[in-house]
Amino acid sequence: MNKPEQVYTTYIKTTPEKLWAAITNPEFTRQYWGGGANVSDWKKGSKWEHRNDGDTGGEKCCTGGQVLESTPPTRLVLSWAKPEDPEDDSRVSFEIEAIEDMVCLKVVHGNFKEGSDLASKVAWGWPRVLSSLKSFLETGKGINVWAGH
Amino acid sequence: MEAVFKALADKSRRELLDQLRKSNGQTLGELCDYLDMTRQAVTKHLALLESANLVVTVWRGREKLHYLNPVPIHEIFMRWIGKFEQQRMQALHNLKQALGENKHEQA
Repeated sequence: MNKPEQVYTTYIKTTPEKLWAAITNPEFTRQYWGGGANVSDWKKGSKWEHRNDGDTGGEKCCTGGQVLESTPPTRLVLSWAKPEDPEDDSRVSFEIEAIEDMVCLKVVHGNFKEGSDLASKVAWGWPRVLSSLKSFLETGKGINVWAGH
Repeated sequence: MEAVFKALADKSRRELLDQLRKSNGQTLGELCDYLDMTRQAVTKHLALLESANLVVTVWRGREKLHYLNPVPIHEIFMRWIGKFEQQRMQALHNLKQALGENKHEQA
């Protein structure tokens, strides 16, 4: 079993269903994920895409892969790569657990290929995106994830 | 947020975080090798860091691996530093507007 490279958690005052929607609904992701939309039917084996056309703010970018596991509203596992280099992929899982009136979200990102720069890129992004997600669910407003970029 | 500041206020705990920053995903045994602390002390510090959500653990088989979680520190950054950045942006915006207006007056 590989050692996961990056593990993040955040506690959010919300419900698992709302958090699941915030991760999987393109209209929601656009509001806190740097202007990008997460698009998929979120069924196991389907393709998924994080797409930022650059017209809603933030940088034009695209990430995506396959839905490897999908158990709403508690567990989502995705493969993660740049579309121009699908061989250089990685794996990210979202675990959602309700704790009293809060939800704990654990994001584990790993299985990076040797020599890939994906790990350093996502290490820059995750704390920002997760802070913004928390802010979005608790206050209705995300934060500028591109600050200082 | 108070738990984060309390956790960061101790030198040994900052050393633990530094160790995880160098190499993420260590066991208690690996962390003890680097630090001049008893196993009990490291366990206690790790528990406090975990309750502040600065350290997250993941089980790999029978091994408990410790990871540095930067999300709470980023929230602090956004709460204070982010605000200063916004003020700077506003100042720049005001300056640009003032210069633009001057130009208009000259023309």
